[in-house]
Amino acid sequence: MQRRGFLAGLAAFLAPILGLPFRRARADGPPEQAGGAPPHAAGKPAGKPRRFGMAIQVDRCIGCTRCMDACKAENNVPKEPFFFRTWVEQYTIKTDGELVVRSLKTGNGKPSESVPEREIMRSFFVPKLCNQCDHPPCVQVCPVGATFRSPEGVVLVDEERCIGCRYCIQACPYGARYLHPDTKTADKCTFCYHRTTRDLLPACVEVCPTSARIFGDLDNVASPLTRFKRMKKIHTLKPDLNTEPKVLYSDLDGVVR
Amino acid sequence: MNEELLHNLADLSKQVWGYIYPNEIEVHWSIMIVLYPYLTGLVAGAFILASLVKVFRVKEVQPAYRLAMLTALSFLLIAPLPLLLHLGHPERNFEILLTPNPSSAMAMFGFVYLWYLMVVLLLEIWFDFRRDLIVWGRAASWPLSWFYRAASLFSNDISDAAVRFDKKAVQVITVIGIPSAFLLHGYVGFIFGSIKANPWWSSVLIPIVFLFSAIVSGISLVLLLYMVITPLRGKSLNMACIDKIASFLFYAVIVDFSLEALDFIHRLYESEESIKILSHMVTGKLFVSLFVMQVLLGMVLPLGMIVLVKTVSCSEDLRKLLYFTSAILIQMGIFATRWNVVIGGQLFSKSFLGLTTYKMEVLGLEGLLVALVVLALPLVVLAILIKLMPPWHDEDEPGPAAAGETPATPAELPAPTASAPAPAPDVA
Repeated sequence: MQRRGFLAGLAAFLAPILGLPFRRARADGPPEQAGGAPPHAAGKPAGKPRRFGMAIQVDRCIGCTRCMDACKAENNVPKEPFFFRTWVEQYTIKTDGELVVRSLKTGNGKPSESVPEREIMRSFFVPKLCNQCDHPPCVQVCPVGATFRSPEGVVLVDEERCIGCRYCIQACPYGARYLHPDTKTADKCTFCYHRTTRDLLPACVEVCPTSARIFGDLDNVASPLTRFKRMKKIHTLKPDLNTEPKVLYSDLDGVVR
Repeated sequence: MNEELLHNLADLSKQVWGYIYPNEIEVHWSIMIVLYPYLTGLVAGAFILASLVKVFRVKEVQPAYRLAMLTALSFLLIAPLPLLLHLGHPERNFEILLTPNPSSAMAMFGFVYLWYLMVVLLLEIWFDFRRDLIVWGRAASWPLSWFYRAASLFSNDISDAAVRFDKKAVQVITVIGIPSAFLLHGYVGFIFGSIKANPWWSSVLIPIVFLFSAIVSGISLVLLLYMVITPLRGKSLNMACIDKIASFLFYAVIVDFSLEALDFIHRLYESEESIKILSHMVTGKLFVSLFVMQVLLGMVLPLGMIVLVKTVSCSEDLRKLLYFTSAILIQMGIFATRWNVVIGGQLFSKSFLGLTTYKMEVLGLEGLLVALVVLALPLVVLAILIKLMPPWHDEDEPGPAAAGETPATPAELPAPTASAPAPAPDVA
């Protein structure tokens, strides 16, 4: 028992040092093979539901938009560029201080520069998705309770019950919701609930080539997510609104809202 | 997939200024949601004007009292229609009543609405018209007689005691009705004011601003209707009545204007992180509807006109003209107010970095034509109600043509002059 505890502690200690290769192994292969247990399932206290969360390492995102493509394919999101469960924003701060922001188009491969290279001071990508708030304004305002928090803390929409009033879309500070043009109901990121409850990773996490996204159980003491929380300076989007997001960002610039 | 929607969105995406989140191109709450607070505002305002007569005993407004009540009822009956037309799944609307989410401001709509309709408006109108309904029922032939009897809930007592009780009941209901009217429209304001994600809406002042703009719009609507309908009936306007209504309108506009100015100055002075994008919006896409239509034409100009009437002695005709013009301008101004709140609140991105555009469709369920129909419907309902239940009740006017059998009754005390069953056999 002591030896097992020691090994677990050692693994937790070594993980940040091993860094990329360790996480890569998880993202590449099925989680069971990479770490013995899926990263968000391992060490799950019996009886207590997991609390899903996501970490985004801004400095790792290369703007390849594979997450956006994978999400659209996996979740039946309309392919037109007006409906997104996840998207990637390209921020460019010019030498004269001007901020240029745009969201990337899907399936583009290498993103082009939004301003001439000579004028760029700094540039970075920020993946966005539903923040799966612990204190979600969208759930608060839904008149019929069609949007709700799952036991894992994931905010879901019951499309059988949603009346399509769009109050939740107005209430979301992050622009993470849209009205699905086919079902006429509100739609949003579910953390790939159909996958993650079967111990698979969300599609966007699965395909990310740089492991910019880490998914897992926020309460698990020995998961990549917990290591992220321990090692990184973390920021959430619009913390002043007290929505308590469960999507955590590292290396996030102050201009990002 | 809705090809037209995609085409519209592709069009709109070319008119985006700055950066908006990709899901934000579509303005989700359309002209229908502009109509909703506009209509409920008229209801609350008309009721509050009516309650001036009963609670505050403003006798001058008596000729417009019943008209105001029927106006409130007609607009309240139509108020949920734009909401219904806007829903993605209108067939599920009853879910709001069956499985309401208690934390949702919108879920309370059904209850606030029903309370106001059933407990306040219908009940007060019933007590106020009960005696007349019985009298009309006795005089009319089938099927109208049946309608009147059903509308009076088959009550038959028009004794002095019963009528005195009616009068007392109306008084009590009006007292309950005033806070209810405040609740109705204050709550509509809260639907917007409680959205913390939206700095244009999120303000404690919004429910109060909504309330006073509602009072303004309701009073001016009743003034308009009274000024249009009375000549149509071949009667002359009661100048004391319209002077008084215009006077109330004047004070309500001043309070409304002050509150909105306070809200504006407060935002400007606090200058929070959203100020840049909001400034960009109000000086750009909202300039005409906010500064020109809402403030200049909808408030400053009508205020000036009423001040003119109050300070310079004008002839009756000039007064009528000025009142009428200012009431129309105020209606337009309040509609612009609703537009600026509802549409304005969706034009800027929650990234505070860009603006989208609202393009109203002409045809279609949420288009201009349907909006015009929705605006006209309450007037149709009102016309039917007036036809069935003529609200003219004034002592110095003869009884209405449609119900000439009714004995003219004094304004304040509609005590029956004839003893109980007398009129029926006479007319029959």
